[in-house]
Amino acid sequence: MRMRGLSVSQIVRKVIWTVLKYIMLCFCSFVALVPLVSCVVTAFKTPDEYRDTNVMTMPGSWLYFENFTTAWEKARMGRAFMNSILVLVVVLIGSILFSSMLAFVLNRFKFHGNGLIRNLFLIASLIPGVAMQVTVYQIMYKMHLINSLPGYMILLMGTDVISIYIFMQFFDNLSTSLDESAILDGCTYFGVFFKILLPLLKPAIVTCMILKGVSTYNEYYMASLYLQDKNTLGVVSTALRVFTGPIGSQYNYICAGVIITMLPALIIFIIFQKQIYSGLASGSVKG
Amino acid sequence: MKKANVTTAVKKPSGFRHWFHSLRGQQTIVTILFLAVPLILFFTFTCIPFFNMMQFSLYDMKYIGERTFVGLDNYISVFTRDDILQSLKLALYYLGASVIQLSLALFLATVLSFKTKFASFFKGTIFFPYLLCGIAVGFIFKFFFTQGFVLDTVLSWVGLNVNTLPMWLKDTSVNNFSLAGTSIWRYTGQCMVLFVGAIMSVDPNLYEAADIDGANGINKFFHVILPSIKTIVVLNIILSISGSISAFEPPYVITGGSFGTATYFVLMDRIAHQNLKVGLASAMAVVLLGIIILVTVLQKVIFHFFLDEDDNGMTYKERRASRKRGKAAAIGKERDRV
Repeated sequence: MRMRGLSVSQIVRKVIWTVLKYIMLCFCSFVALVPLVSCVVTAFKTPDEYRDTNVMTMPGSWLYFENFTTAWEKARMGRAFMNSILVLVVVLIGSILFSSMLAFVLNRFKFHGNGLIRNLFLIASLIPGVAMQVTVYQIMYKMHLINSLPGYMILLMGTDVISIYIFMQFFDNLSTSLDESAILDGCTYFGVFFKILLPLLKPAIVTCMILKGVSTYNEYYMASLYLQDKNTLGVVSTALRVFTGPIGSQYNYICAGVIITMLPALIIFIIFQKQIYSGLASGSVKG
Repeated sequence: MKKANVTTAVKKPSGFRHWFHSLRGQQTIVTILFLAVPLILFFTFTCIPFFNMMQFSLYDMKYIGERTFVGLDNYISVFTRDDILQSLKLALYYLGASVIQLSLALFLATVLSFKTKFASFFKGTIFFPYLLCGIAVGFIFKFFFTQGFVLDTVLSWVGLNVNTLPMWLKDTSVNNFSLAGTSIWRYTGQCMVLFVGAIMSVDPNLYEAADIDGANGINKFFHVILPSIKTIVVLNIILSISGSISAFEPPYVITGGSFGTATYFVLMDRIAHQNLKVGLASAMAVVLLGIIILVTVLQKVIFHFFLDEDDNGMTYKERRASRKRGKAAAIGKERDRV
């Protein structure tokens, strides 16, 4: 009794293994999805439905968008999205430019203090951000950067050790003969960096943009600490704070709000799935 | 060399321009220009706060106003205050959670690296929670754990009596499990993606060789995959120690640290920004930093002795063992000769 070179017991074992595998996978996906699906279901319920039915019963109509418009207005989402986009653009451009420049200098030039700077940044990456905010707060206060969007952006642009390491790794793999031949052709070091190396850095830039973009869009603690003015300075990650107030338990609005903030992440995820996975994997190597 | 340069610069105005256009000069200018902004940011938002933290930890102070020097009193408080000691105990819940998270992630990564139908769907759904912002996660789980809501409903489907279920976020005997559970929900996918990346970089020839030798899935996992990705696994295990002590977002956004769920960082945030005891909070931060440095040293030691391979692909331990074997063999030979 042999099939394709496998004995019966091997086939049985394989079938059991496969079944177990899919049960496990389905269970994990179910656990991952239930909190999100329950949110979607609740976001489409009318206030009456929300009050009278169980949370997991389907809403009467999937076209009831009242909750979303209410949540959008209450949380001042329009403003929050504008602010978040502004923060994202400035922080991404700034941090990618600064970390690639830093990585370029540290990788290509030998000078006193090169090793020292590398080690300082490495040590800095060990300090958890929350711990630092105890004293960073005082500095921000002294510089009048609390309740200021530019101040928040500058803070986020600061040391981005992961990007620096991704760029350094990338420069390691770019031959210096590239620089040298360009210099022989009369190019300056500025030219080498901006015209020759920066375009070649594209894959590393994409990786850094994804990692930094996700962490910036979702950054909550510092935003709640430094952008306290809810009316004008809300960003997407803090917009939902309004719901912690008097209307705390009206989950039909809250769920709608959660879904509004979640949607951009979902769209970006579906489009850039591959880059996000590989970016995360390559970002962790040095981490 | 330098002197000559300076004199020429003084003699001829074109000397500076010459230096400016020389490679050496360009390098210096580019170095200074490119380093300026990042280093200024680094000093303002990392170095100065760091030294301030050291200094503040010795004072009884607020952000503004009077400060009094109290020596090591703040540190003594860190190790004697009940609420702080209690918060350190909570790290155990999160450590347990990271053990579950890592093993689950390893399992899923392995399964998804082999041929699996709908692999990208499973990977996507399990990973997606990682991309949500903290406060959204907070609301999702406040909703999820509310009495009679999502979790209770799901449990009633499998036959549990809703009335006997505890208050998931308020009952102090279960609420830390609930919170640690949300951290598993949020970070397992990220961990899984890291492991999938590591498994992908394993030489495919090894799998083929294993197949030819008739290895089954479990054999392949223990003899091919695990040895190849052990570095990243060990790294994650070690990092989860400091990670669990610095657990912050789940309690911060879900319970705000009430009902006995305040972890070390939640407490530190409250002490610094609500009670304005900046000195004590700084001391807490310094103590945590000490713990993190200890863990990092531990990691370096473990990697040095057990994982870092030399050119022959041998670790320190293996080298020592082989040296000992060599010695024993030599002694044996001596004895034979005698």
